[in-house]
Amino acid sequence: MTLTGIGPNPLAQGLERLPVAPTNLVIFGATGDLARRKLLPAIYNLAHEGALPGFFNLIGVSRGELTHEAYREIAAESIRRFSRTPPDESVLSGLLSELRYVSGGFGDAETYATLSTALEELGAAAGEPMSRVFYLSTAPEYFSVIVGALGAAGLAQSQEFDVRAIIEKPFGTSLAEARQLNAEVLSVFTESQVFRIDHYLGKETVQNMLAFRFANGMFEPLWNRNYIANVQITAAEDIGIESRAGYYDHAGALRDLVENHMMQLLTLLCMEPPVTFSADDVRDEKVKVLHAIRTPRSEEIDQISVRGQYGPGVSGGRPVVGYREEEGVPEDSHTETFAALRLLVDNWRWAGVPFYLRTGKRLARKITEIAVTLRPVPHLAFEQEGSLGVRPNQLVMAIQPNEGVSLSLGAKIPGPRMRIRPVNMEFLYGTAFLSQSPEAYERLILDAMRGEATLFTRNDEVEAQWRICDPIVSAWSGASAALPQYEAGSQGPAEAQALLLEGHQWRAI
Amino acid sequence: MPATNDTVWAAEDTTPAAIEAALRELLIERHSESDGYVPARVLNLICIVERQWRGEIANRLRRVGRYHASRTIVCAVSEGRRTIDAVAAVAADATPATGEHVLTHETVILDLGPGHLEHLESIVDPLVITDLTTLVWAPHGHWQAVDALRGISQCVLLDSAEDPDVAGALRRAQRLLAERYVVDLAWLRSTPWRERIATLFNQPKRRVLLGQIAQIRIRNVAESGASALLLCGWLTSRLGWPQGQLTRDGHGRAIGAMGEVGVMLESVPQDVPGLGGITIGFRDGSELSLDRGPGGLTARRRDGGGSERSWKLLGASRGEGGILGEGIRQSLLRDPTYRDALDAAAGMLT
Repeated sequence: MTLTGIGPNPLAQGLERLPVAPTNLVIFGATGDLARRKLLPAIYNLAHEGALPGFFNLIGVSRGELTHEAYREIAAESIRRFSRTPPDESVLSGLLSELRYVSGGFGDAETYATLSTALEELGAAAGEPMSRVFYLSTAPEYFSVIVGALGAAGLAQSQEFDVRAIIEKPFGTSLAEARQLNAEVLSVFTESQVFRIDHYLGKETVQNMLAFRFANGMFEPLWNRNYIANVQITAAEDIGIESRAGYYDHAGALRDLVENHMMQLLTLLCMEPPVTFSADDVRDEKVKVLHAIRTPRSEEIDQISVRGQYGPGVSGGRPVVGYREEEGVPEDSHTETFAALRLLVDNWRWAGVPFYLRTGKRLARKITEIAVTLRPVPHLAFEQEGSLGVRPNQLVMAIQPNEGVSLSLGAKIPGPRMRIRPVNMEFLYGTAFLSQSPEAYERLILDAMRGEATLFTRNDEVEAQWRICDPIVSAWSGASAALPQYEAGSQGPAEAQALLLEGHQWRAI
Repeated sequence: MPATNDTVWAAEDTTPAAIEAALRELLIERHSESDGYVPARVLNLICIVERQWRGEIANRLRRVGRYHASRTIVCAVSEGRRTIDAVAAVAADATPATGEHVLTHETVILDLGPGHLEHLESIVDPLVITDLTTLVWAPHGHWQAVDALRGISQCVLLDSAEDPDVAGALRRAQRLLAERYVVDLAWLRSTPWRERIATLFNQPKRRVLLGQIAQIRIRNVAESGASALLLCGWLTSRLGWPQGQLTRDGHGRAIGAMGEVGVMLESVPQDVPGLGGITIGFRDGSELSLDRGPGGLTARRRDGGGSERSWKLLGASRGEGGILGEGIRQSLLRDPTYRDALDAAAGMLT
């Protein structure tokens, strides 16, 4: 019997949950924080919703010596603790009943021989070709080690089934490292097999930016340099570094959030409408934006970027220590916990519009938002006296914690005089939709199992992001000047004001 | 609805205009307490119920989880009543903390008589939130009222399984579907089955078997014949088969790609409504089956030689509260395959 000419599955039409091919999902770093807090609960929730394929197996790989049963217990405890849905014990035991654990070093050939045997056994038990998805949720220094070892063990390619690799962030810590890692990954896998995760792209509110821009006719005529005065992208956190000193003190705010998440928000905001929403059409447009962002020159780094580090202060009514007093942080650390940039996108649509990016730890509150400020009206005939007056319209896309979109408008204050004050027109996700947003990782894991790459970062995208941030990272790492300090619980360092062009102001965090 | 605090207004022998004004005042009052209270604006739900059973319906609505309508208007019908009494409430699930939002939902309970139903639109129209989808649900069969609300509702929620006359229930759904969208809970009970069946045939080498189906046996509780028929209708319509036929004893036939296909609907004992299992037999004697079980559906594949293997398709049961919530959610979506499945199912009984 020939399979040539078999059309699409007629039974899949109209279904909300599309079928997924039988899959063996292998998590490297299976006992790590990410796996326990996010990945295992996400996989459980997919099982709970009935979204996993009939033949699905989970294999954890890590260095610790554990039995299958011990790892099952760790997984069950993680799911019970962190799942957004209270676990159904029948589903949970069904999911974990065949869970396997492979113990070994990520560079040891023996680890991969054991893994290969497990995959073969599970495939044979299913009696079906099973796709393989390798999820690299380890420390970044192991990414190339694992990829190389998978290639050497013959686990990276197959003619019979799909093989895919999901790679966590950070994808390199510099442009050179990102290029090197891309070269190593792409010497083993093809680009279509690689799924570089930026979990912001799995958030419903981030995906809604595409719907907002391209499903509504009213914004496109305004979406350019003629009507937009400036854009501010803020990702503020009120917490400190918690237990992540080891990672954070090497990364800093720029690498932790700006190079990846905030650049992604910038591309979605600025990109041209894609021809289709296929992975490559969308990513082609995003890469064009990144290419259009002016690479910072070394002599202008001081004018277009500001960094800072939090000192002691008060957060949520409680006194908190400064960054250098945090456990695990060196007393003389020069790592920035605040970063702000002013970037320009040199293309026809955006030339001359400043894009202000700002992120930091221990700021006044947790908020991620994009604020688009329109140019003021050219002439005002209204009274300004005795009121807040007319302000430029501002469109705010709130990513978290209050998910929604608001538009500030000038409106007449009731009364005998023609006085104006700004009012807000608000759309809140919670008020307009019944469904709860799934966790970003649920969507991304499912997409990777399906081979759907739209919400993942392509190799040229990662390198283009690093091209923009690399000169700033280099300048900051070589700087001898004292790092500006800001009080914990504040709006950030006062020096950030210097980034703003005349007439612009930071939105309150 | 799990409200922690309500703002309530009530009046006897009142009018829609007075109720509408009261709702507006209640919302302003709520907002003046805290601007963290924000009204949900997703969906209007109009329920027409027998007054004596309205408590049972209220209980069912409480169990829909997060899928509350933004404004629920309950029309409680009692014999002999000629005036309208009303209770309106704005309920919040919590008190908002600084910088947080808490959703509010509005509920209006109207006590009215059968004489009000013919022109129910004129009573309810001022009370629904303009520009939101309006869903109508008449679980006790006030179809006259459902028809009266034709002009202001976009969707009808029904459960074909609750009508002992399955053919009549499917014909009614067809008639309503001609003018509004229909969400049939009997159809939604088949959703996990449809998803899993689609999965079983998703690989190209399995998909070729769709052309070799010789028999379909669907197992369901006696009261869920509509779900079984709709599942059967879905399968035949998706596969492009001409209309099949079914006798009253649940036996029948359809014409598949390679000739006649036997169809059997069998009643099985089960403690929850809905489907119990499906077996699809192929011309070479092999079979694929799905059966309900704890933690999901059990799939079995038996080849022509008789060897068999089984595996689990994981998924938690939604329960009947979950099904009603799903029905409310689905009123904001459109399933492009329901109409064909319904027509095929109804056609099998003619």
